[in-house]
Amino acid sequence: MSNAFNLWVGGAAGDGIASCGETFIKICARLGLHAYAYNSYQSVIRGGHVLFQTSVGPEKVWTQSDDCDILIALNQDTIDRESRDARKGVLFNADRFKLEDNSLRPGARSLGLPIFKLSPNPLMQNTVALGALMKLTGLPFETLANLLRETFKKKGEQIQEANVQVAKSGYDYAAQNFPDLGISIPTGSKRRLIMSGNQAYAVGALAAGCKFYSAYPMTPASSIMHYLAPKGPRYGMVFKQAEDEIAALNMAIGAGHAGVRAMTGTSGGGFSLMTEAVGLAAMIEAPVVIVEVQRGGPSTGLPTKTEQGDLFQVLGASQGEYPKIVIAPLTLEDAFYTTAEAFNLAEKYQCPVIILSDLLLSEHQETVDGLDLNVKIDRGVWAKPKENGDEFKRYLDTDTGVSPRAIPGQEGMAYVAGSDEHDEKGELISDVATDPHTRNKMMNKRMRKMEYAARDLKPPILEGPKDAELTLVGWGSSYNMMKRMMTAFNQNGQNRINILPLRTIWPFPWKEVSEVLYRSRKAMIMEANYTAQMARLIRQETGFFIPHRWLKYDGEPFYPGSTYQKIEEVLKA
Amino acid sequence: MSEVKQETTHLFCVPERTPLSEHKPLTPTDFKSDVKPDWCPSCGDFGVLTSLQKACSALGLQPKDILTVSGIGCSSNLPGFFKTYGMHTLHGRALPVATGAKLANPDLTVIITGGDGDGYGIGVGHFLHTVRRNLDLTYIVMDNQIYGLTTGQASATTEKGVKTKSTPEGVIETPVNPMALALVSGATFVARTFSGEPNHMAEVMAKAIQHKGFSLVDCFSPCVTYNKINTYTWFKQRVYKLEEKGHDPKNFSQAMTKAFEWGEHIPLGVFYENTEVPTYEDLDPTIQRFGPAVKQRLGLTEKEQAEILEGFL
Repeated sequence: MSNAFNLWVGGAAGDGIASCGETFIKICARLGLHAYAYNSYQSVIRGGHVLFQTSVGPEKVWTQSDDCDILIALNQDTIDRESRDARKGVLFNADRFKLEDNSLRPGARSLGLPIFKLSPNPLMQNTVALGALMKLTGLPFETLANLLRETFKKKGEQIQEANVQVAKSGYDYAAQNFPDLGISIPTGSKRRLIMSGNQAYAVGALAAGCKFYSAYPMTPASSIMHYLAPKGPRYGMVFKQAEDEIAALNMAIGAGHAGVRAMTGTSGGGFSLMTEAVGLAAMIEAPVVIVEVQRGGPSTGLPTKTEQGDLFQVLGASQGEYPKIVIAPLTLEDAFYTTAEAFNLAEKYQCPVIILSDLLLSEHQETVDGLDLNVKIDRGVWAKPKENGDEFKRYLDTDTGVSPRAIPGQEGMAYVAGSDEHDEKGELISDVATDPHTRNKMMNKRMRKMEYAARDLKPPILEGPKDAELTLVGWGSSYNMMKRMMTAFNQNGQNRINILPLRTIWPFPWKEVSEVLYRSRKAMIMEANYTAQMARLIRQETGFFIPHRWLKYDGEPFYPGSTYQKIEEVLKA
Repeated sequence: MSEVKQETTHLFCVPERTPLSEHKPLTPTDFKSDVKPDWCPSCGDFGVLTSLQKACSALGLQPKDILTVSGIGCSSNLPGFFKTYGMHTLHGRALPVATGAKLANPDLTVIITGGDGDGYGIGVGHFLHTVRRNLDLTYIVMDNQIYGLTTGQASATTEKGVKTKSTPEGVIETPVNPMALALVSGATFVARTFSGEPNHMAEVMAKAIQHKGFSLVDCFSPCVTYNKINTYTWFKQRVYKLEEKGHDPKNFSQAMTKAFEWGEHIPLGVFYENTEVPTYEDLDPTIQRFGPAVKQRLGLTEKEQAEILEGFL
């Protein structure tokens, strides 16, 4: 289905699987290749079974694959579990582990490395394997050597060269002892950037001028914090680790209210704690950006596994009705630009903007093209004190519902932002006397903002042939698999499937979605949850029932083989 | 309303704190808003409000440089009656909101007001963490030992044995000791006052606002409707002023001893003050290098953009 080269690295947590896999994809990105990597891991610091799955190639690689060309097995468990999935060969420490020939696929090679002989330190087995891999794939050893030197720069020349030496011994051993496996990966000349989704969110925030990030640690959102905490003091962003997610969002609201671009990030559990404050931001019209990275639920659920089960939680967060914007990015580039856009939307419409991500989108790594950090910054409408001494109305009822904003410290515009219902000046109308007229006016004013926001958000775009036999609908990380499927099914100019990725979630683009779906010949939803939440939202907003469903809630991403099969079945049905 | 469309990176008007030399002399009346307090007649919160207005005018603070943040409860309505920038937030969450605002603009004088239910009940987790951070915040708690707005349930400071709507046979939990809790959490200014002593209250508040670091002012603010035990008379018969008894506010263990004094004699005044501890803002690396976040230019320079992207090559 693809001409990509697939490397898997497996072992127990603590074996250095991710560093080995990440080194490989970084080498590929530097050599101008496209790369995609997904790390399947568990909520343990040591042990378990971790499998880092990479795909690289001269053309865009969209997803991980069902099997690999080469497996680097760092423990016996990986050999036993994964060897059958290696098409060309299995690299492993032959001094410690055993690979029976009958556990290999026909034609695949047992590529045992005498680690004790090749490395002074058996813990460096993954570096030996990487050296051997350079030989087997025909990729230049120097790229690996340079990367190792960079990685160990702080540890001094001796350590740097020791690592390069160990990698070289693996390379030389492979040259002398392993057959040519017929692997060739044509490299390019342009070095590519490689990053994770969470890094894309973090960089988007920096580019947009976010000056405050508060968060409480929670997988899979923590890596946003890990990127921003050290970058904050370099680029002028205040980072605050909060005592819980309730505090994290309330702090961000305080900062947003005081006039800085503020963001917080969490997963579904943390977002549950934040919900009351989401409504606060909407009521006092404070701009704030929230990144919600979904993981397997309910409750603690599957802490390190992907899911798209929080759609309704995010849409239904907080009591009452209030304006909010929800965007679920589709790709890493989209994650970056959505974040930058989210800050503009939050300030233009003075409401919470939720970026709904999922573990797979946030944690997988991929080469990205076309990131322009010089993003447009639009801070919305600001008030000036009136010269004639008239009282400032912070919540002025305007045509768009957006009221010119003032921030604490500005002369002549002191006001109180209240979570109770209030009038245009900000004075509470809830306590002393009921005031249905003002209540309606203020409710209408706030909700009116969404009519304008809806026009400001990108409409969904149907990709692929208009009259395809099947329209595949999905959101978030499913997009990459939908793209891969479209390429696979529409080879040789066939019109078999088109795809409708949904990025703007709220306000829901019901018109555009209706136009596509009511004209579709067959439609199937593809999402990572049990109850087809997006399909239900579509039905709620458009009345269109999507009959076919490809759902997954086992925590692992969609895989190409089974997805291909499902689509074939639906096409035949 | 004049509007300014902001396409660029800067606010049209960056909030600048008025320098002390340019302060207009103000009276407590200048801190009165147009909204009349909706508290019950003779509620202790009136005394707190007027004392706060007195303290701010005595210190020469300008209303625009003050942000008053409250939670929810009778006493949390205070920002509406106090002419400064204000925020009336969520039940128990005033401290994190205030923390975010202070970190965004450390030039603001940030005062948090609320009740015992807000601060020592639902928000006690934030209380402890905000205290230990030592941001330059002033926290005024109107402690009436009851939930007033919800019509009289036991609060975290209701004494054992007291019968309320939610404890018809008497409270069986040990009350929170806010003074001791603040002290062990690392508070650098801990004081207590009483609405029946408005001048003393204003003096203590002024000291608290001037203190560089987190200051707690626990105010006995009797609920005349739902707390028939801890009344003005009850307090008047018991309270005494620490400063009149030679108390040394620098002495932590003495402060701790005083924090546990309750019953026939209840101390008022500054229990503890430590001026040696740097504030959170003074230690935060970003604020130290860049100053108030609210004044910074948005967006990255070309050099910064290149540097960030280089990290992904």
